[in-house]
Parts: sequence; structure tokens; C-alpha cells
Amino acid sequence: MEYQDIELLRFTTAGSVDDGKSTLIGRLLYDSKSIFQDQLDAVEASSKSKGFDYVDLSLLTDGLKSEREQGITIDVAYRYFATPKRKFIIADTPGHIQYTRNMVTGASTANLAIILIDARKGMLEQTHRHAFIASLLRIPHAIVCVNKMDLVDYSEEVYANIVSDFKAFSSKLGIKDIQFIPISALNGDNVVNRSENMDWYNGSTLMYHLETVHISSDHNLVDCRFPIQSVIRPHTLENQDYRGFAGRIDGGVFKPGDKVKSLPSGFVSTIKTIELNGEQIEEAFAPMSVTMTLEDEIDNSRGDMIVRENNVPEVSQDLEVLVTWMSSTPIQTRTKVVIKHTTNETVGMVKELKYKIDINTLHRIEDIDKVEMNDIARVSIRTAKPIFYDAYKRNRQTGSIIIIDEQTNETIGAGMII
Amino acid sequence: MSNYVINHLKELESEAIFVIREIAAQFENPVLLFSGGKDSILLTHLAKKAFFPAKIPFPLIHIDTGHNFPETIAFRDALVERLGVKLIVGSVQEAIDKGRAKEETGADASRNSLQIVSLLDTLEDYKVDAAMGGARRDEEKARAKERFFSHRDEFGQWDPKNQRPELWNLFNGRKNYGEHFRVFPISNWTEMDVWEYIKLENIELPSLYFSHQRDCVVRDGVILANSEFIKLKEGEEVVNMTIRYRTCGDMPITGAVESTADDLDKIIEEIATTRTTERGGRADDKRAETAMEDRKKQGYF
Repeated sequence: MEYQDIELLRFTTAGSVDDGKSTLIGRLLYDSKSIFQDQLDAVEASSKSKGFDYVDLSLLTDGLKSEREQGITIDVAYRYFATPKRKFIIADTPGHIQYTRNMVTGASTANLAIILIDARKGMLEQTHRHAFIASLLRIPHAIVCVNKMDLVDYSEEVYANIVSDFKAFSSKLGIKDIQFIPISALNGDNVVNRSENMDWYNGSTLMYHLETVHISSDHNLVDCRFPIQSVIRPHTLENQDYRGFAGRIDGGVFKPGDKVKSLPSGFVSTIKTIELNGEQIEEAFAPMSVTMTLEDEIDNSRGDMIVRENNVPEVSQDLEVLVTWMSSTPIQTRTKVVIKHTTNETVGMVKELKYKIDINTLHRIEDIDKVEMNDIARVSIRTAKPIFYDAYKRNRQTGSIIIIDEQTNETIGAGMII
Repeated sequence: MSNYVINHLKELESEAIFVIREIAAQFENPVLLFSGGKDSILLTHLAKKAFFPAKIPFPLIHIDTGHNFPETIAFRDALVERLGVKLIVGSVQEAIDKGRAKEETGADASRNSLQIVSLLDTLEDYKVDAAMGGARRDEEKARAKERFFSHRDEFGQWDPKNQRPELWNLFNGRKNYGEHFRVFPISNWTEMDVWEYIKLENIELPSLYFSHQRDCVVRDGVILANSEFIKLKEGEEVVNMTIRYRTCGDMPITGAVESTADDLDKIIEEIATTRTTERGGRADDKRAETAMEDRKKQGYF
């Protein structure tokens, strides 16, 4: 069946209520027929009872009671739609400053970011923030949608100025692939259908771009990394000696017969089989979940990592990390924390706070004594046991950590290893 | 597949298996909440794949309202037998008999909310620290905000405004004594994904999902199976109809759709063209605009 052979694209949208983000999402869902009649009826009824004279599509995405009451988006909402070419997952994140943590959350798994700019307002502080977070989290692709073109008479000049402003800012960021599209989400110009109001624009529509952007190289296919989640031992008569290592591949391509090395033990062996549910797999790569068996009996356990003999990750107890802080309790030096990295968990301590980044100017603020909620800062962390990592820019899975409060068990920070 | 790309169903499968394995590794007493519906059947299938050739290393919990379709119970027992996995049944009738829960009255009475009591009691009895379920984010607007690892306080409550951020594939299952987690491995699947995967993997389902003849009552536009649990209101009559179910909850609250789709291809075709959501027929969601959020906060699935 052909429909089954489509790829999955995860993207995030960032923008404030006024940017027309909900309208854009509403249009993508509506034009791809992903909104159902009963959902639309409910939103219509709800809009009417609130006294609106239009259908407020944001009511589709704002699901929580307090969100509906306050008319704002509090939390990341996930939305789904599909076209015959691709299936999409939208992480719809709120744009207000106090919810940076949600933007970072949505961005962490995205292949692509849609950054919305109101054509009447141009680049705003929050545009800087969105672009910076997209680059910080290494989202491989970005689409800048200059929205509300209908309210600036579809002016090419207005569009061109915004594009050049954005490029001036983003040249410092290092996002690899940025596309610009002038749209009107309200009227549908260049969203799914080409606009008849902007002859001067020769590029593709938003939907076309979402359907065709090349995402197969978004995963690292070079450095073989297989963190072990658990060891499968059936303890049955027919499988007495079976010892399978269960996990999800984070990088590279593994094949049966490959010489591999196990970390931290350093033991070397050969892959006997790669399988799932008893079916043999010839080549395994990210993000596949598999079970691996080895020719030799090696005492691996959860948190260990299987890699290629001649391509090993960094092994260290000292990490240089860019953190986004997500807790109302600030971090200070000597703060003791729990670190989660791949399937590994260890305690750690913040040794040094190096600098904060001013998210609007990208300038460094040196000499800091604490890092607070929504701050992005570079810190040094010492862990109790060695971590096997790659730089985040090389591998988003083996280069990321979360920081957990030892007392409350809350996730208080997200870190990208430099 | 060439080019080192996996298709969307394989990617969703891989994500779900990763999450299921994380549950088994991070918790001492995990369970799988088995409702007998297609999503929990799918989840059980994924759990089997995750640990093969070992057996599923945690029990299934079924909250029996006493209002289940007989087909659901028969299917459940056969599945458990085939997989060699432990089944724990929490009974709503028992909770009522013990005075822990109070039966609703009136023609629209349902045992849907009563399940919360039995569920929380059962989880406590077995000292469950992680209960995984087949809820999906596309089902309902409150569920769209749900995490994969969803923290519950010692009263089993969900605090939607204060959820832990969830980044990359790093899931934080740490908790204090008495708290537990609900985990949703198939969060990112849509109804269509579920059906396509069921077809791809040839997963067996209860006959309720396929077109059949049944005596029904149409109430407020919802087609309900006629059963001993339904009290006819004035003017209502029993009609024999050709129907199937898109979701399976309790007999008195699960709405059927008129359908002649009697195999997976026809069902997939039907879903591709349908204009209502699958929970559109669920009377339990229609009690208030935020009915699902309210129940979830109290500890519902």
C-alpha cells in the first residue's frame, strides 16, 4: 500500500496570539481535511457563546480550561495532519517570554521550525527569541513566514525589508536551511495554494515546502551509537542462553558482522544479529528500536553504549553545556543535580557558571552568580561517572542532557553539550 | 529500505517501543491498562515486540465496569492466554458493593466515572508506580497536552498547568513515594496510523470493530447497543441496524456508526472520508466542554 510509505515530519510553530499562528495551523488542518465536522461545530458554538463574530480557530488548539479562560496558550499542544505525501506532527508552542521552556521542549524533537512574522510589525524581540531557540536546538530547517501580507497590500518591498532584516540577524545563528515565504494565513495565500496577489514571489507554497523538504539526512548516519536500554533474557528452555541488548539507535549504521566496542568496559565483539520481534534486520540506523545480540558474552547493562571500534564518542566526567533553565529555583555553583543522558543517569554538580546569552542581542553577559528561569547560559558540570557523548551539533541525541532536581524530581534544565 | 529512511509507521512503532522499554527499565511495578479497545490491543502488541523473545515483563490491568461488551471480555481472556501474561481485574461492581463508589441514577446513568475509583484502588493495591495506556493526543483536546510520561500526585491527580517539560527522548520517571506515572507510548499516533498499523501487522481485533447487525437505540443522535444496562426513555425504540464501533468503551455509552465496512481495507477507506472524530460518539465526553480534562485531573485514564 503506497500510503504507508510516507515520511514523518515534526515541526514546531512559534509566534504570539497576534501573529496569526492559530489561524495558520487552523488553515493547514482545515485545508488538509484534518479538522472534523464535530470539532468545527464545537469551536463554532464556543466562539458564538463567547460573543465572537468569527470562528476562533485557536479554540481548536487551546484545550485546557485555564487556556480557554485566559485566551492564551499555556502548554505545548501536539497536532496531527497528513497529506498523501507526508504525515506531520506540529508541536504548537506558546510565544510569551515566560514559556521559553515550552518552546525549547517543542524544538527538541523538531525537524523544522516555522517562524511567523507579522508583516505590519516586522522583526520583534520574540522573533529573535524564536530564531535563536531554533538555532540553539539545532533544528535543521526553518521557514520564515511573513504573515498578514494582505494587510500591507501584498507589498514586495515590505517583504524584502523583513527578509533582509531577518538575514542580518540569522547570519550570526548558523541555521543551515532557511526559506522565506510571504503568506496570508487568513486568506490562504501561499499556504496550500499559490497566491494570485503576489506575482513577484516565485518560490513555493508553505505546504509544498513542508511536503518536500529533504529530511533523510537529519539523523547522524556516520557515528555509530547504540545506548542500551535494557538486557533481554527470556529465561525459557528454548532461549536459555539468549542475551539481547534492547535500545534505540542514536547514530550511524549497524550491520550484523560489524566489529563493535562496548562502553565503558572497552570490550570488543562482533554483532551476531540485529532483530525485532524475531525478525532479522540487515541494517539498523537512527531512529530504529532494535534488539542486538553479540558473538561474545559481554556483561553490558542499561546505560552502557555499543559503538564502532574505530569511532568512539567522547568519554568524560567534565561537560561544557549550554543550558536553558526551566525552574523558578535558580542554579548556582555547587548545586547538586541528577543528570539524564541517553539511557544513563548519574549525579552531577555545577562547577562553574561561565556566561549568560542575551537572547535579543546574542551578546554574552559575563560574571554571573546565578542562572534563572528561561535563561540560556554556559555552565561546566562535573558528573559522578563518565558520560559517553558527542557534541550536540554533531548528534542531537548523544549530545543532550536533562537536569533533574534531586529533591523534587522535577526536570529543571535542558542542556546541549558543546 | 534504502536511503536510510523509515516510513512514518515504523518511526511511530520505534518511538512507542522505546517508551515501553523505558517504562520497564525505570519503574519497579509497571502495568499496562487494558481496556479491550483497539488502542490497548495495539499497545499490547507493541509490548510483545519490545521484549521478544522474552514475555511481556508486566501484567495487564483491566477495569471491569460490569457493563462491558461480552466480546471484549472473551477477546481479553484469549489474548492473555496466548501471550502468557498476568491479568489483574479491578471490578467496579466490587467498588459499588463495598460502598467505595456510588452508582449513578437516571436514564443516562453510566459507570464511566466510577472507573476512577476502581482504577485508583487497584493501582494502590498492587503498588503500581507506572500505568501505561493507549491514549492518543489526537483523540481529544485535553489529551493533546499530555506528556509521554505524565506525573500523578499521591491522590492520582493530573496537574496540567505544571507538567514536566519533556525534551528529546529523555524521559524523567523520578518520583516521590506514593506518586505514580501514567505513560502513553502511542501519544503521537492518529486513528489512521492505528488502523494502518493494525493492517500492516495483521493484528487481531474483537468483532465489534467490523460491520455487523445489532439491536440499537438512537439517543441524542448517538447509536447505542440495546442491552440490559440501558433504560429506554419515552418515545425510544429498538431498531436493528448495520453498525460497527470506532472505539470501545462501556455498552451504554459507546456510540456506534452505521457502516458496512467489514474488513480493514474498508475501515481505512471509511476513516479517510469520515467527517467526525472517533470520540464524537462518546456520551462521556459530551457532559461538558472540558469533561475529559476534569476526569483526567481526578485520575481517569
